[in-house]
This record gives sequence, structure tokens and C-alpha cells, in this order.
Amino acid sequence: MIGQALDRVDGPFKVTGRATYAYEHWEAGQPLYGSVVGATIGRGRIARIDTHRAGRSPGVHRVLTSHDLPAQGTPDPSLPFEFWRAHPVMSGPDVDHYGEAVALVVAATVEQARAAADLVDVEYTVEPGSFDFAAGLEQAYVPAGPIYGIVPVATAVGDFEAGFGSSPVTIDERYTTPYELSQPMEPHACLAVPDGEDLIVYVSTQIVDAARASMASTLRMDPERIHVVAPYVGGGFGSKLRIHAEAILAAFAARALRRPVKIALTRQQIFQLTGVRPTSDQRVRLGAQRDGRLVAIAHEATMATNRHWEYIEPTAATTRSLYAAPNRLTSHRLMPLDVLRGEDVRAPGEAPGLLAVESAMDELAVELGMDPVELRIRNEPSVDPERGVPFSERRLVGCLREGARRFGWERRVATPASVRDGQWLIGHGMAAGIRGHFQAPTTARVRLAADGRAVVETDMTDIGTGTYTILTQVAADGLGLAPDRVRVELGRSEYPVGAGSGGSWGAANSSTAVHRACLALREKLVATACADTRSVLHGSDPARATFADGRVSIEGVSEALSEIVARNHPNGVEADGATVAMTDDPNYRDYSIHSYGAHFVEVAVDADTAEIRLRRMLGVFSAGRALNSRTARSQLIGGMIWGAGAALEEEAVVDARSGAFVTRDLANYLVPVHADIPEIDAVVLDGYDGKANVLGAKGLGELGICGAGAAVANAVFNATGVRVRDFPITLEKVMPGLPPLVS
Amino acid sequence: MRPFTYERATDARAAVAAGRRAGAKFISGGTNLLDLMKLDVERPSHLVDISRLPLRDIEELSDGGLRIGAQAANSDTAADARVRNRYPVLSEALVSGASGQLRNKASVGGNLVQRTRCPYFSDTAAGCNKRDPGSGCSAIGGFNRMHAILGASEACIATHPSDMAVAMTVLDARIELLDAAHSLRRVDITDFYRLPGETPHRETVLRPGEMITGVVLPPPPPGRQRYRKVRDRASYEFALVSVAAVAAVEEGTIRAARVAFGGVAPKPWRSVEAEAALTGRPATMATYRAAAEAAMRHAVGQGCNDFKIELAKRTLCRTLAQVARAS
Ligand SMILES: Cc1cc2nc3c(=O)[nH]c(=O)nc-3n(C[C@H](O)[C@H](O)[C@H](O)COP(=O)(O)OP(=O)(O)OC[C@H]3O[C@@H](n4cnc5c(N)ncnc54)[C@H](O)[C@@H]3O)c2cc1C
Ligand code: SF4
Repeated sequence: MIGQALDRVDGPFKVTGRATYAYEHWEAGQPLYGSVVGATIGRGRIARIDTHRAGRSPGVHRVLTSHDLPAQGTPDPSLPFEFWRAHPVMSGPDVDHYGEAVALVVAATVEQARAAADLVDVEYTVEPGSFDFAAGLEQAYVPAGPIYGIVPVATAVGDFEAGFGSSPVTIDERYTTPYELSQPMEPHACLAVPDGEDLIVYVSTQIVDAARASMASTLRMDPERIHVVAPYVGGGFGSKLRIHAEAILAAFAARALRRPVKIALTRQQIFQLTGVRPTSDQRVRLGAQRDGRLVAIAHEATMATNRHWEYIEPTAATTRSLYAAPNRLTSHRLMPLDVLRGEDVRAPGEAPGLLAVESAMDELAVELGMDPVELRIRNEPSVDPERGVPFSERRLVGCLREGARRFGWERRVATPASVRDGQWLIGHGMAAGIRGHFQAPTTARVRLAADGRAVVETDMTDIGTGTYTILTQVAADGLGLAPDRVRVELGRSEYPVGAGSGGSWGAANSSTAVHRACLALREKLVATACADTRSVLHGSDPARATFADGRVSIEGVSEALSEIVARNHPNGVEADGATVAMTDDPNYRDYSIHSYGAHFVEVAVDADTAEIRLRRMLGVFSAGRALNSRTARSQLIGGMIWGAGAALEEEAVVDARSGAFVTRDLANYLVPVHADIPEIDAVVLDGYDGKANVLGAKGLGELGICGAGAAVANAVFNATGVRVRDFPITLEKVMPGLPPLVS
Repeated sequence: MRPFTYERATDARAAVAAGRRAGAKFISGGTNLLDLMKLDVERPSHLVDISRLPLRDIEELSDGGLRIGAQAANSDTAADARVRNRYPVLSEALVSGASGQLRNKASVGGNLVQRTRCPYFSDTAAGCNKRDPGSGCSAIGGFNRMHAILGASEACIATHPSDMAVAMTVLDARIELLDAAHSLRRVDITDFYRLPGETPHRETVLRPGEMITGVVLPPPPPGRQRYRKVRDRASYEFALVSVAAVAAVEEGTIRAARVAFGGVAPKPWRSVEAEAALTGRPATMATYRAAAEAAMRHAVGQGCNDFKIELAKRTLCRTLAQVARAS
């Protein structure tokens, strides 16, 4: 059952419109609609705010500014993950970034709210802001860290400078990556419903518990009085790890007006009111022997951060467990700017980090005249090169070899710009991928009813990834039931608490918790039956019980689970299961636990215009045991496409004069469309990582991205001989290196 | 979005009468207008829906040309067998634009007068002379990668986004207009669009209340036709540079040539300079290069879009080589 390509159990609900998203709940009746007014300056203060005209506009119930909001909680830095911390919004006259919320208009219809929002008249005292990342890199500082409370800001092993200085072959290059945003399909939205002293919050979030905690501490409410509902979430990619202005302001407005209030951010506002992957400037230095063995490796990342809300993307941490080398160095520095807050965007760290380091490895292969697959295999470490501990299950070489074989890598022509297909220059590139696997405390409950059906409950979310389906499989497997006898209930704060969807940990955390709950339930059931004189299993050895087809069997004698439950627990019987924090799990101390990938790409570059079009993409991955081969493949392919977009298209451009994102809709902020994506395949190696968890499963929601973009970049180099180190690789960066037109 | 009133026009005369009302605007497919209304960029107080007027037909003309009704959908126009056979450059331009869904909804008239895709134009917080005359041009000195290299002014450097109009320009199309006095006039497409000068908010010669009723295509010019669009992704994206080219080559000599560019100027950009440099010359890369140089002689970059000058030259050369080889 586990691993099979079970159809999505929520699929029929989604295609028939019965899956209800945050903005669509109607249980509480007609709501009011909120529209957020954003600041039109990048830094300064609100000098005067006039809401009279807006307040008199048709349908308007209330206009809220900072003057109307009660005092808000402040973030508690002792919480390791900021998603659980308070998120004060509109708390005073200061403007810390362009688009920050300065007022909320609440009206009877969404059109009335938006029309009135345009009438809020704000006068600002503008202060000179810093918006230009590249212009002031020398002002970057070293943050205290640790990142996420656990990842060190800087590491060093051996003597990097000496090792690098004595290396016969060296690469020393800088790579830059742009601002990027998650931009999930479903906008950030919240419907807040007052219910006596309580508040019901329908919100699009990745972590229900974080949403509740953040909202409680911002609103200074008892968390028990906040009920979060998020059964369906239309994508998050990091941008819904924490709640934002839409949730906080809907809650304040609902409480002030004693009415349900809902707010959805517009696409343009998502560019201003959520979070951004910071732009980065990365220096990678590689020192190698002539046989390709690395002597020294350094990855130093400088990234933008909002000056008031420090965010460190663990970009350079990417290299820490990737290749062997005796002398190593990684570091992060931050450049304080007055731009949108940094937040996790899918594959934080690896996405920009591997663009740099895997491009550099390709440059080293060229310099050495060595096959890039072979170069990576030659630098395969036997233990984690920084921590010195063994790897749990490391199959990077397996991914590389299998990928090379399937792709036909041996037929690649190594000399750049030497393969042509009519108008097109053809190139092949590859890159390796790695992604840390994390574990966080998660609980789940499984209840078996007298009719033999099981219900799984956890506050875990399904953000489109397939949680409903895999937990159905895990519970069916755990109790020996057919999957249609299992119902999974997710995304409510009443359910057992978990760490939600994020960091690719959700599937493994929640599956392990459900599996353990099933084991506990089995024990209860068997113990009950073996002690029950009315049961055919009375007196049998509980240790020999097996579960299948809705029955428990001991040495040839079996009884239906429903009979045991009906006889002994007419109201059903339940059990809980849990996973612990990785910091409390010795495996995560004693082993280096990661997932791996190898990417192979064929591109065609127009010989005149430098338009880059993908022709083939293949990824081979190792992530322990896949819980559902189809949802796993969907995640990986989605990640690979994301990587291709990062290599070629995605870029949020800041206007250095105002601090505003100029590319603030999906017509100007480009992501791949169908026509961009060619024949694409993701292969998952069979595996089992028993050190990660009892199911042997590791995260793969972000793994597909890791290395995909670098493989595209390396293919572009192979096609054209032009190395672009400033991502994304748009045609104007390649065209100057193309040969002149001849015929 | 601001409140507005709405009426559905029953015939063309009623439409132009209604179009004279202060604050009135025509709506056809709405694919451009409604987006801009939601962004508070367009602020009509009255919408005259002309999408159901009987202007959808594509008719044969006695001189061998075609008349395309203003309400013909972009998709129907692209798929019309006569358009595909006789005006392939137009069909290619249409299918290179937007997406299948949008082309089904978008009308020929609406396509001609769609507004620029300059990101500052659609952001009411930014200064923009086109949206708000006198408020400055944020694109100058800002992010102007998509902007014009030809025909721009100190007041505005926006490009006209249409692909269709570029093909119509190379085909010498004439735009048929009906005004409130019920008089019908025909304007050459090159005269239909204005350059920005000091008044970038005035984009065409349309008079208040005047409506496009159709587009007249003269008989197809001699030679092969081709539309080539260069863009940042394979589909669903506006042109960085596009070229509509027609060339007739006999025994290695270019007898006749026509060239228009998209994505480089405030209007579809017919290059008489390139045409002069091609006509009567040998069909060789040296000739194309000379034509490209002539076409771009007055081109100026704005910083982020400097690359468009070389890109336009390269795209023109390759497109000419392709039409010449085929003819
Ligand atoms: C996501 C997206 C991508 C796109 N990509 C491309 C592309 O790649 N290439 C391209 O060329 N286009 C592209 N477009 C633009 C599209 O072609 C236009 O939106 C469409 O052609 C407009 O036609 P419509 O009938 O919907 O016009 P409407 O939105 O109804 O009207 C647009 C304007 O024209 C006026 N108008 C309409 N009909 C008449 C008439 N008969 N007489 C006088 N005035 C009239 C209206 O008053 C309004 O000002 C894209 C649009 C979108 C939304
Ligand atoms: S280029 Fe034209 S449309 Fe764009 S900001 Fe300047 S004036 Fe406005």
C-alpha cells in the first residue's frame, strides 16, 4: 500500500469544486470584505492619513488605520522558527518597505472595498531608503544566527586559504541570483469569524499551529480561543509558513465589527505583503588537484535583508555536506535594505546556493578537461565532510550513474558550441542536488469506529502536495484496511498538533506519527481481543498478530476489527502517535541525513537571438522510500520546472528609486508556461532511510529544484560557450557571446 | 474598481451615439479594458458593449483583398483559410499572441487599441505621462527592459504591445472608422497610431466616440511573408522584438520588400529605410545586414533595453534570409 500510485483521494472534491478554500467558506453567512491599502513609499513615516472620503464611500463599514488597532504583541525571538512569532502589522506610522499595510477598508462588497481603498489619502514624510543591493555590498554584516535556531552562520574546516593557495587548478567566481517570490496559485486569504470571545479563522496557511500561535500573540489572545480551519490550501511554497497582513487585519476587523470579515491579497499585493527570497551575491572558490580531487572549497553568500526583520537564507550551507575536501569555509553576510522582508521560498538555501556551486563545479570540470559526472563522483565523501558523522543513506553517486545512463550522457560532446541542429545550438548539462532532511514534533490520532472505518486526525495541511492521499495509505497499511475504509481529516487546530507543511518535512513527520498511532491502536485492539472471552482470539499471543483485510489474525484464527470494536468500544477506539524534534532524536545528531538528486538537461539556443528553449530534462532522485510514487513524481517534476524557471526566467525587479517591485504581476514576473517545458522525467530510486524515521521516508517537495537550474545553466554553456553567472539567464546575457550572422 | 453603468449597443449607429457620452468607453472582449479598470488605470463611468454588433465577418473584396470586421475574434481571424493562405504573416502574428483563451475572447478592434504593457503605466502609484499627463515618466531611468528604442520621446518610451498590428502594418492595412456623425472614414494603419511626442496619452487618431468597424487588407503583396517573434519564454509573452517581413526575390535579387518591427516602438514600426536598402539588391546576408543597420540607425537604448538594437538587427537578418530562401 505504501508507495503505490493511489489516486488522490481529494481529487474528486477538487475537480468538482467541493474542496473549500479559505476565501470560500460560507458557514458564517455573508461576510464583509476587506481591502488593504499599501504604502507608496519605501521608507519613511505616515505624516497624515485622511480616511474621510473612503469612509463615506458606498458600502463602507469601517476604515482602520494604526490609530484604530489595539496594541499588538511583538515577536518573541526565543521561538526558533519565526512562523510562530507575533506578526504586528499597521502598528504605527513607520513604513519599513514599499507596499506595507497602512489602512484597511471594510465594505459590503469587494468592489466597494477596493474602490474606497483608492480614496484613502495618505501623506508621507519620505526618508531616503536603501534599495540597491549591488550598490553597497561593503556594508554587509555578519549576522549572529544560528539560522532557524539550529544552522550555524559560518563554518570552517582545515585551512581554506592555504589549501586553495596551493591548489594547481582553481575556480574563483561570483554568481548572483535575483529576488524571487513563491506566488502560489491561491492568493493569501483569510476569513475571520467572531464567535463570542472566540475567533474562527479560515486561513490559507501551511502550518495551522503556527498560524494560531502567531495570531494569538499578535492579537494578545488566548490561543485556545482561536480556531484555525485550513482543510485545503492552494499552494504555499514557503509564503504561507507564516500568516501575513491579510490574516491579522481580518481578525482585527472581525473583532472590531463583530462580523465575519474576509480579505484576499491581490496578485500585486502578494508581491508587497508576503515575503521574498533575497537577492544574493555568492563567491565560490574551488581548489583541486589535476585529478579532480577537491583540496579546498569555499562558499560565501551575501544576501539582502530588510533592515528591521532579519532573514538569513541558508544559501552557503548548501555546500557543507556536498563534496569531500579537507579545507572548507562557508559564510553568510547580510546587506540591510528597506525592501520586503525575506522569507523562505521553496528550497531556501539550496535553490540559489546550488545555482552557484554547481555552476562552479561545471567550470572546474571544463578547466580540468574532465567529465562533470566523473568530477562529482571523484569528490564523493565517505562521511559528512564538516560534521565527521556517517551519512544515513547517501546515494548521490547512484543518482549520477543512473541519470547518466538513462540520459545517454556518454554521447554528449564536451566541446562547447559544437553541436548544431539547423538554427539551434544544442547543449547538454548536468548538476548534482542535495537537500537536508528535517524532522519536527508532530502528533496524529487514529480512531477506529464500530463499523470498522478509520479516521485520521492531525492539524497537518495538504497544500496540494498529496497529504490526504499518503496518510490514507499509511493508515490503511498500518491497520490492514482497504484505503476506502480510511478517512483523513486535516487542517484544524482542534486536531493533534504538528509542524505542518514546510521544509519538505510534512510528509515524513505526519506519516510517521500516523504510523505510530496505528501501531498503538493495534496493540490496544489485540490486547482487548486476547483478553476478551467472547473473542475467538481469546488467550492467543498478542505478539503474533497480523493485520490485513480489516481483520486481525493470530496463528490462523482471525476476527474482524469491527467486531472487536463493536463489542468492546461501541463509541470507537483511538490512539495517538508522534514524532519528536530532530534535536531530540539521536539519529539526527549521529548521522548526516539528506536527500539527493542528479539532473541532466538538453537545451537549444537560437544561434541568432539567443532564445533558450529546453529540449529534455531528466532528474534521478534518492529520498528514502517514496510514500506514493505518483505524488512523489508530481512534486519532483514541479520542482524541476521551478528550477528551470529560476535558471531562465524568474526575477522580481526592485526599482532602486522607490523600493517597489516593478514586476508585480504574473505578466511581468515570468514563470515557465507549458510550452517552455519539454519532455521531462523524474525517476526515484527505490530506497529506505531507517535513520530518518521508521517508514524510511524523506522529504522530496523541494528536492526537484535542487540542482535543476544549474544543470540548465551548464547546458547553456555547453551549447554556446557563454557562461552566465548572473541569474536568470535571459537572452541579452548570452547574445553578445554568439557568433556573428554569416549566412 | 469604480462604479460604472453599462449598455449593450444594438447597432453600430447606436454604439457611436452612446460612445459620445462623457466618460464612455467601448468594450469588446474586455481582455485589456477590464484588467485596467480593476487596477484603476482605466476609469470609464459608462461602458458601451459592442461585442455583439454584427461586425464579426471576414469578407472577400472585389480587388482581391479582405475586410475583417472589428468584432472578429483574434482566433477566428488567425484560423480563416483566406487569411492563412494569402496573409500568413497576419495569421502567424495572431497565434503568437496571448493564449488560446484570450484569442477567443479578443477582438480585432480591441487588439488595435490595447494599451501598453509598461509596468509603471499599470501602477497608479508611479508617475506616468501616458496615464496621468504631466506626472513624469517612471520608465526613464527605471526598469525599461521592454521599452522602445525607436520613436519614443522624453515624455514616454512605452511600446505598443500588439503583434497583430505589426503584421497589418506590413500589409498596408487600412482601419475603418465610424464616428458619431455616422460618417465612415478609412485611415492607413501607419497614420492611425500617433507617436508620443508631448502627448503620450493620445495614442491614435480616434476621435471621441469614434469606433473601429473593420480592417481592410489590400490584395497581398508579392513575395513570401513571415512573422518572427522573439520573447522571454516559448509562449504567452509579449515580444522583446518582432519582425514582419515580406520579400519577393527573383534570380537572387530582391524585387520588393516590406519590413515592420514590433516591440521596439510606440507603434508598429514600418521601416522604409530597411525596405529601401533591400529593394533591387542581391538577396545576401550583406544586404540584410545593411538593411538592419538602416532600420536601426536612429535607435537609442534606455539602459535595460540596449540589447534590443542588436536583437532587432539579428532578428531582421534571419527573417529576411528565411523569406528570401523560400521565395
Ligand atoms: C495575459 C495576456 C497576454 C497577452 N499577450 C499578448 C501578446 O502576446 N500579443 C498581443 O498582441 N496581445 C497580447 N495580449 C493583448 C490582447 O491581444 C488584447 O487584450 C486584446 O486583443 C484586446 O481585445 P479586446 O477585444 O479584449 O479589447 P477590450 O479589452 O474590450 O478593449 C481594449 C481597448 O480597445 C477599445 N476598443 C475595443 N474595441 C473597439 C472598437 N471597435 N473601436 C474602438 N475602440 C475599441 C476599448 O475601449 C479599450 O480601450 C495579451 C493580453 C493578456 C491579458
Ligand atoms: S514609458 Fe510611457 S507608459 Fe511607461 S511610465 Fe513612461 S510615460 Fe508611462
